[in-house]
Amino acid sequence: MKNKVIGNIILLVTGLSTLLIIAVIVYLISEVVIGGHHYITWDFLTKAPSDGMTGGGIFPAIIGTFSMVMIMSLMGVPIGTITAIYLHEYASKKQSFFTKMIRFAVNTLAGVPAIVFGLFGLGFFIQFIGSGVDKTLYGGQLHWGQPNLLWASLTMAFLTIPVVIISVEEALKNVPDDLRAGSLALGATKWQTIRKVVLPQSLSGIMTGTVLAISRGAGEVAPILFTGAAYFLPKLPHSLTDQFMNLGYHVYIMSTQSTDVEATKGIQYATVLVLLAITFSLNMIAVVIRYRHRMKLNK
Amino acid sequence: MSKKSKYNIKNSLDRKFRLGEFLIENFIKSISFLSFAVIILIFIFVFRETLPIFSPKELKPVKQEEVEMETYGDETTPTESDLSIQKRNDQAAVNGSTENQKEFKLADLAGKDWQPVSSEPKYGLLSLFIGTLKVTLLAVLFAAPIAISAALYTAVFAPRKTKEFIKPFIELLAGFPSVVIGFFALVTLATFLQDILGYQYRLNAFVGGIALSLAVIPIIYTVAEDAISSVPKIYTEASLALGANKWQTAIFVVLPAAIPGIFASLILGVGRAFGETMIVLMATGNAPLVSLGIFDPVRTLSATIGAEMAEVVFGDTHYNVLFFIGSLLFVITFVLNAIAEFYVRNKLLKRFKGEAN
Repeated sequence: MKNKVIGNIILLVTGLSTLLIIAVIVYLISEVVIGGHHYITWDFLTKAPSDGMTGGGIFPAIIGTFSMVMIMSLMGVPIGTITAIYLHEYASKKQSFFTKMIRFAVNTLAGVPAIVFGLFGLGFFIQFIGSGVDKTLYGGQLHWGQPNLLWASLTMAFLTIPVVIISVEEALKNVPDDLRAGSLALGATKWQTIRKVVLPQSLSGIMTGTVLAISRGAGEVAPILFTGAAYFLPKLPHSLTDQFMNLGYHVYIMSTQSTDVEATKGIQYATVLVLLAITFSLNMIAVVIRYRHRMKLNK
Repeated sequence: MSKKSKYNIKNSLDRKFRLGEFLIENFIKSISFLSFAVIILIFIFVFRETLPIFSPKELKPVKQEEVEMETYGDETTPTESDLSIQKRNDQAAVNGSTENQKEFKLADLAGKDWQPVSSEPKYGLLSLFIGTLKVTLLAVLFAAPIAISAALYTAVFAPRKTKEFIKPFIELLAGFPSVVIGFFALVTLATFLQDILGYQYRLNAFVGGIALSLAVIPIIYTVAEDAISSVPKIYTEASLALGANKWQTAIFVVLPAAIPGIFASLILGVGRAFGETMIVLMATGNAPLVSLGIFDPVRTLSATIGAEMAEVVFGDTHYNVLFFIGSLLFVITFVLNAIAEFYVRNKLLKRFKGEAN
C-alpha cells in the first residue's frame, strides 16, 4: 500500500515538472502573440521606424538580420560541412592526434559564451585584421577597422559552426557504410565516393544544419552588440562596411534604453513576435526535413 | 598489409598515390583545422587586449578626440556613459594634467566598487563576481530539480506517444533567443514576481535567476534525459525481475546509474548560465552591488561587458579590464566544459563497460 502511494507521488511530481515546463513555454508564446499581433501589418514589416521609434515599422531590422544571416551562412556552412566530412569520413577510428585536436576544438567552440565571441570579433577581426587592412590599404584611415556587417557576420559564422557540424555529422552517420563500400569496390576513389554517393544522401542533414544555424544566428544578440549592430540607421546596409539594424538588438535597446519605453511597448511585442516567428519556422523546417528524410530511409 | 618485395618493385597491393585525392584530403584537413585555429585565436586576441593592465602605468586621461573617433556602437543617441565620459573630460581639464590620476594596480581588480566611468575610476570585480554567482546559483537551483524530474518522467514513466511530443516541445524552449526570454522577464515576470513576493526592487537577482533558469532548463533536460535513456535496459530488467516495482527501479537503480550524465548536464547548465548575457542585461537591474540578498539588483560579469563595451574608448584601461573579464569568462566556461566532457567520458564509459559484463 505504501509503495503504491509513493509511486503515485513520484509520478505526480515528475509529471508536474514536465507540465510546468510546457506551461511556461505556452504562456510565453501566447504572451508575445497577444501583446504583439495587433501591430503586425504589412506596413509594419515593410516600413522604417519613425517618430523616434514610436511608429513606423521594422523593415531595416529585418533586412539587417537577413543580410547578416546570409553572409554568416555563406561562410559558416561550407566550413562546418567540410569539417564534418573530415571528422566522419577521413578521420580514422584510432583517433589520430589531429582528429582529437579538431574534436576538442569543436566541443570547446560549442561552449564558448556568445559575448566572448563578440570580444573575439572585436579583438581579432576589427582590431587586428580590420586595422591591419586600414594601415596597408588606406594609410591608417579608419575604413575596415570598425564595427560593420562583415565582421559581425564572420563572428556569428564561427559561433554557429558547431551547430552545422553536429547536424552534418549526424546525416553522414545515417548513410549506410555498405554504400561507401560498394562504391569503393567499383573503383571509385574516396573523394569520388563522398562527392557522388555520400553527400547527395546527406543533403538533408546539411540543410538541417544550415537552417538551425540560421535560426541561432538570427536570435543571438550578444556577439553583435559591439561588432556591428546599431539601433537607428537612416539607410539600409548596402555594403560590407555598413552597420546594420537587427531584430534582437532592436528589442533589447527598445525595451531598456529607448527614450519612451511605454509608448513603444506594442512595437516591442510585435518585434519579439516577428523574431520568434522566424526562429520557430526555421526550427520547424529543420524538424520537417529531418522527419521526411527519416521516412525516406525507412521505406 | 603490403608484402615487402626483395626487389624494390612496387607491390600491386600498395595504394596508388593520386594527386587529386591527396590535394582534396589536405584541403579538407586544413579547413577542419580552422576550428582549432579559431580557439587559439580567441585565446590570443582576447588575452591580447588585456595585456596593458599587467604593466603598471598611469590611468590614461580620456582625450576628447579619442572619444569622438573610436567609440563603438551607435553614435546617434548620447547615452549616460557618453555624458559621463564628457564629464570626466571636463573634470580632467579642470583638474589639470595626469598628476591627479591614480596608478592602476592589478590588486584594484579585487576591490569592491565597480565604477569605471567616474573621475576616480574603480575597477573592483568583486561585486560583479558576486552578482554572477548569485544569478547562476539561483538559476541552476531552480532549473535542476525541475529539469531532472521532467527528464526522469520523459525517459521512464511517459508513454511512448507522449514522449515523442514532450521531447521536441521542450527542445523548442532551447530554440528561444535569449533576448526573447529577457524581454519576457523584463516585462511580465518581474511584475508578476513583485506582486506575489512584494520586495522592493523590481529587477533583481531573483528575477534574473528565474529568467535564466528558463534558458538553462532545456540544456539540463536534454542531457539528463539522454543520460537516463542510455542506462542499459539490463539494469531495469534485472531490478524488475528481482521484485522491485517501477518507481523503485527508477529512483534506486536507473537514476544512480545515470548520475555521471546528470552531473555533466548540471555542469553544462552552469556553464551556460555563467556566460549568458542578454537575459541578465535585461532582467537584473544592472547595479554592481556587493550584497548577499537575492532581492537586490546585481550586475554580472557578462552583462558588464555587454553594456559597457559599446561605449568604451579603445585603448583605455576600462577597455582592457572589460577584455580581462571576457578572458575570465572564457577560461571558466572552458574549464567547466572540460570537466563535463572528461567526467562523462571516463566515469560513464568505465561504469558501463565494467559492470555490464
